[in-house]
Amino acid sequence: MTDTELRQAGTPAAAKGTATAPDGAAGRPARPVKRRRRFGPDTTKGTVAKIVLLGLVDALAVYVLMMLFLSESWGALAVSSAVVLAINWIYLRKGGLPAKYLAPGVLFLLVFQVFVVMFSGYIAFTNYGDGHNSTKNDAIAAIQLTAQKRVPDSPAYKAAVLAKDNSFYLLFTDPDGKVSLGNTETPLEEISDAGTDSTGKANAVDGYRTLNFQEIVANQQSILAIMVPVSDDPADGTLRTADGSNAYQFKPALTYDDAADTFTDTETGTVYQDNGKGAFAASNGDTLTTGWKIDVGMENFVRAFTDPSLRGPLLGVILWTFTFAIASVALTFAMGLSLAMTFNREDLRGKKIYRILMILPYAFPAFLSGLVWSGILNPQFGWLNQTLLGGATIGWLTDPILAKISVLVVNLWLGFPYMFLVCTGALQSLPTELDEAARMDGAGPWRVFRSIKLPLLLVSIAPLLISSFAFNFNNFNVIFMLTGGGPRFADTDRDIGATDILITLVYKVAFGQGTGRDYGLASALAIIIFIIVATVSAISFKQTKALEDVNS
Amino acid sequence: MKVQNTLTTGTSRRVFTAGAISVVAALALSACGGAAATAPATATAKPDLKASGASTITMWVDAERSPALKDITAKFKAETGIDVKLVVKDFAAVRDDFITQVPTGKGPDLIVGPHDWVGKFVQNGVIAPVELGDKTDSFQESSVKAMTFNGSVYGVPYAIENIALLRNTAIVPDAASTFDEVVANGKKAVADGKAKFPFLVGMDPKQGDPYHLYPLQASMGSQIFGVTADGGYDPKQLLIGDAAGVEFAKKLAAWGDAGEKIINSNITGDIAKEKFLAGESPYYLTGPWNVPDVQKKGIKFAVDALPTTGDKPAQPFIGVNGFFISAKSANALATNEFVTNYLTSEAAQDSMYKAGGRPPALKSSFEKAASDPVVAAFGKIGATGVPMPAIPEMSAVWADWGATELALIKGQGNPAADWAKMAASIKAKIAG
Repeated sequence: MTDTELRQAGTPAAAKGTATAPDGAAGRPARPVKRRRRFGPDTTKGTVAKIVLLGLVDALAVYVLMMLFLSESWGALAVSSAVVLAINWIYLRKGGLPAKYLAPGVLFLLVFQVFVVMFSGYIAFTNYGDGHNSTKNDAIAAIQLTAQKRVPDSPAYKAAVLAKDNSFYLLFTDPDGKVSLGNTETPLEEISDAGTDSTGKANAVDGYRTLNFQEIVANQQSILAIMVPVSDDPADGTLRTADGSNAYQFKPALTYDDAADTFTDTETGTVYQDNGKGAFAASNGDTLTTGWKIDVGMENFVRAFTDPSLRGPLLGVILWTFTFAIASVALTFAMGLSLAMTFNREDLRGKKIYRILMILPYAFPAFLSGLVWSGILNPQFGWLNQTLLGGATIGWLTDPILAKISVLVVNLWLGFPYMFLVCTGALQSLPTELDEAARMDGAGPWRVFRSIKLPLLLVSIAPLLISSFAFNFNNFNVIFMLTGGGPRFADTDRDIGATDILITLVYKVAFGQGTGRDYGLASALAIIIFIIVATVSAISFKQTKALEDVNS
Repeated sequence: MKVQNTLTTGTSRRVFTAGAISVVAALALSACGGAAATAPATATAKPDLKASGASTITMWVDAERSPALKDITAKFKAETGIDVKLVVKDFAAVRDDFITQVPTGKGPDLIVGPHDWVGKFVQNGVIAPVELGDKTDSFQESSVKAMTFNGSVYGVPYAIENIALLRNTAIVPDAASTFDEVVANGKKAVADGKAKFPFLVGMDPKQGDPYHLYPLQASMGSQIFGVTADGGYDPKQLLIGDAAGVEFAKKLAAWGDAGEKIINSNITGDIAKEKFLAGESPYYLTGPWNVPDVQKKGIKFAVDALPTTGDKPAQPFIGVNGFFISAKSANALATNEFVTNYLTSEAAQDSMYKAGGRPPALKSSFEKAASDPVVAAFGKIGATGVPMPAIPEMSAVWADWGATELALIKGQGNPAADWAKMAASIKAKIAG
């Protein structure tokens, strides 16, 4: 979530996209620089554009609403209708220009950020994860479904589906050719004069109509529910069909008591009760495999602070996370800025080619670069050791200190093009008069940079540095693909290592421990990280206000 | 922030499939209007949405396997009028999306995947058992056993895969039966200048590779889980930390970087393959997925039985691919018909073999495929193997197991102490 947010906020292209979109939608010429009258009359072109665009949006909306109606998602339908009405109202009325600009952005913010954050907030208070995947009713249905075991050594029957008086019957042919008929209410009755097909399977009885496959499929819910008792003894189980042409004797290994809300093992008599933790448990603590999702209150947050695998190495990991994030920002900014200054010189030839080359690392997906770098840094076969260092066997990723340095260097390689881009942009927007004036006053290049350019740059770039910090704080890809958090700490028996940052630690705790993934715990930990990052960012943003004073 | 990403994509996909399903439902509704009218005797003649959705089966399949299913789905359509819609999905996303989408009722009716997903599916209540009936005997026993969880069969198997020892016959002409002989042959080849590496097996630089090393471990008598009375793995009997396991840990350290350098922690899967293709090693412990490249390169090779390190057989883990039915399929009957009576057919299994090259699970298809000596050799080794544990508790094993093995191979730590620590950690995780 944070990654995407920051990427969107940080990339100039994305910023440009959101700025122009409402412009076009409002049907106004894209010249926002010049101030216009607030209620300027629409041009013909503008009106046409408005009608076409709004028409497209509404067409899409009607389609979506129809889909929602058919799938009976009433809540989503109500919300979507309200949104569509609001959009039409905003763009059709005269005036209200700010709303026309803001509406798309706010809408996307709500859908892609607020909803997602609220949803993980909700998950953090549940035990959602493996084994707690759906509702209790689903879990009961699933347990009943999987508890049906075929009676050992029972014969395999051929089956046909017949109908009479609005009821369905199953016609069974056992391996000896004996034919019998019945359904859930009607006990099994032997039939002697059944019609058979070429394979000897009985398929017709006088007074009954034989269903063809299409009819069977059309009524499958009723047919799958037919359970014909084999005999008066329930231990013999019931005959059922799963495909309409074969039937087997099934017996439940567990029976559900609706009134008591318990499962009973038919063989051992063990009773499984709702243990209040989203599972059926026996008195000895054994639980049935399938559980369900429940609200657990603050439990996930309590676990986040008491879990021994988190508490032990937590301090070291937090320190390294801050070191990693701050060093990454500082290094990428320093390198990006110095390159931007270099390539900003008027008299440099081939600037464009250099600039394109500089941006290349930015164009690779981070996880791919991580894997490639992990190959380059392989101690024995890596390009770095073999080619550059003449066959040395330096454990770039296996020594704790070197691994930290390697991670920072790779992240520098990945991150400097972004800083280079934003610094180039910011440098080009600086008025050259200031530069000239300072030189006239006798300031040297270093003095000009330190006293004029840097303060002016920081006004526009400081917020990006903060977002870059937040991004690197949660830079999962680089760490996970390059070192996987390793090398492991020797003094803990958990899977935590020297380059683990908080987010990779969270990932390992929530998904790599125990017997499955724990979305509830993961969401709780993510919220805690969010609070840390938000606090740091809020303080920093407050500080950057001071920078803006240079302008006044 | 992986979590949120998964959740958002999950949601949007769900919305999309919701839309897609409703369209299909709407079309089917209009199409079925006539059919329902001609069947007056049916008890529930009123065709509701669910019943009309029954004109299609939705199946998630990855791009590689999708073409292999075209013929059998066409046959099914011709004979029953039911369309099997093959939704091509990224294989990596299938398992998790299936788990999250089935409870919403918007998931597929059917998916393709490996058997070790079954435990997780049952734990999450998203999978329905399949009764193969008399057809059980027409499948290789190990494949049905792998699909069995808590005494029920959960999928129709179509392929079995396992590792074997590839030997470059130009370097070492004769097969060896024990790992010591393999090592000796390998070292001799290196000493003679015919090879650079005595033995190759790919190691993930972060997690090692316990899957590939398991036969060597099993041969020393070390197992992960004990078995219950009905033959399934028993999570309550964690055997990995026993004396045999510790012996294996010591051997790992002896074979590793600080010892004989037979297993090299710096050799990743890619490097191992590259070196074997370059003819730099006589031995390569790998699966059938790397064989086509070896053949393409023109390397003369043999598929050898897995070498023993102790007095027990060197059993590999076998992975069985198969078809699984959703617990909440709205079209369960037709899906069962398709799975148990069409996908079990020889034609379907042959076609899956042609597309994937993995030895078929159906005996008659396997016999045909076994005319290829490589398939026959891998199949013979697979018959001795044990299913990779599918119980949910297995996911608590991998991380510790791999990391500990990797550390030992690197020559770090103390084998006996670290192995015991690993077993304790796994035990603690399973206990939750």
